[in-house]
Amino acid sequence: MKLGRHSTPWALSAPAWLLFACLLLVPLGLTAVLSFNVFDHSTGVKNEFTLAHYLAVLSDEYYYGIFWRTFWISGVTTLICLAIGAPEAYVLSRMGNPWRSIFLLVVLAPLLVSVVVRAFGWSMLLGPQGLVNLALQAVGLGPVRILYTEWAVVIALVHVMLPFMVIPVWTSLQKLDAAVENAALSLSASQFTTLRRIVLPQVLPGILSGSLIVFGLSASAFAIPGLLGGRRLKMVATVVYDEYLHELNWPLGAALALILLVANLLVMLSYNRVLEGRYKKSLG
Amino acid sequence: MSKNGPLALAFNALVISFMLAPLLIVCIVAFTPANTLTIPTTEFSLRWFRAVFAHPDFVTSFWNSLWLAISSATIATLIAIPAGLAITRFDFAGRDALNALFLSPLIIPHLVLGVAMLRMFSLIGATGSFQWLVLAHVVVITPYVLRLVVAASVGADRSCEQAALSLGASHGTVFRRVTLPMILPGVTGGWLLAFINSFDEVTMSIFVTSPATVTLPVRMYMYATESIDPLMAAASALMVGFTAAVMVLLDRLYGLDKILVGEK
Repeated sequence: MKLGRHSTPWALSAPAWLLFACLLLVPLGLTAVLSFNVFDHSTGVKNEFTLAHYLAVLSDEYYYGIFWRTFWISGVTTLICLAIGAPEAYVLSRMGNPWRSIFLLVVLAPLLVSVVVRAFGWSMLLGPQGLVNLALQAVGLGPVRILYTEWAVVIALVHVMLPFMVIPVWTSLQKLDAAVENAALSLSASQFTTLRRIVLPQVLPGILSGSLIVFGLSASAFAIPGLLGGRRLKMVATVVYDEYLHELNWPLGAALALILLVANLLVMLSYNRVLEGRYKKSLG
Repeated sequence: MSKNGPLALAFNALVISFMLAPLLIVCIVAFTPANTLTIPTTEFSLRWFRAVFAHPDFVTSFWNSLWLAISSATIATLIAIPAGLAITRFDFAGRDALNALFLSPLIIPHLVLGVAMLRMFSLIGATGSFQWLVLAHVVVITPYVLRLVVAASVGADRSCEQAALSLGASHGTVFRRVTLPMILPGVTGGWLLAFINSFDEVTMSIFVTSPATVTLPVRMYMYATESIDPLMAAASALMVGFTAAVMVLLDRLYGLDKILVGEK
């Protein structure tokens, strides 16, 4: 460890922390203040303290409905990601190269494609004349209305979130010692028993952290419900957007956003705790 | 290593098709000659690509996005290198707090960041300013660069620096001639990852862009909420192609698997 003057690291990181103080901490603080400000439809934001916005959110059934929908859509998305992502990571880890790297890349690479493009792709697939409906009609099940329903949002969210489930499960599978698995098999445990008693307990932390991150990201998703939920089907993020840009009630929007932030931080910090407890990450 | 059964392979095929389906459909429909979103079967046409390039809003937004991504990724890299070295090379009170602060944009929803930036920009009269939009993006993408710089800096052999110092090189020279070359793969990988994240960002940008500074993803979002025609498919296909090009570059310079899965 190079020991400089005590102030050297602070000086080195000064551009970064100055920027983060001015453009992260200050704006968040200002937004917190804003959420307690009085709003008047004719004059706008007033510099008076009120709890009205939080009380409005906590007492209005409309917002309960929004929060409940956001909660169950995120929950269902997490469960589906779990049911698809964990087995997929396992199947991939048992493949030989080069297929293993190719398929892993195909599963993860959509992460880097803009979410607007992916949402638009799904709106084409799920629309009344889309491929999914044509296929359903061909087997005599259609036409089904999927686009602009909760299920369209769930399907697209699963597509966006699946990499976030595959990554932690894959990482914990890589740490698995194949010899233990082989030992169980050679001691005549069945394939299923080996999976349940040997593999599953070891990848559980990966599954748990994947679930928490998928849930947190789904709950704050904006573009997917905005494009696939239509004008009627709102989630918390799209309601905040409406309050800001259509109703112009910024304090109420700020209150909603902060409730979302706190809920999200609770989920993500428990994720961090899980991660830290399992693999102590050293920073050198 | 045991082999996958036919059931496992079929499952894998289903997941792969699920992941590729929306991207493929976008790229196929973009070549339709028709006026509606139909899958071209007999004829393929480039008319909708020409329409994108002839659409002034899309072209302006593309250049906005490009300059925004280049400048914010560059600033983020410039501030993340010294910050990353400070975090990995020094043991000081507040190091963990500083690290947590720098990584926090990863766990704060972009919607909340957008709301917060909008409030601040409206108070200081910076709404619609391109420079402030760049800085907002810098905050969002710095964690990506920082993580790769930290990983590279932890992995670099410290004794090379000590050798250079003991041979009388100044700290500046050691950084320029020894440290920087050693962490360069992390720096370039971080820059590209930051670039693509800034280029794709939509949720925060939708709050802080003005008509003059609208970025391409925001423009496409607005366009898709109002009308859906093959123009959107062509623009999306171009985005997919652009992202693929950046991915290839990222793979050559740093290794895509390392970026997507983690350090090891």
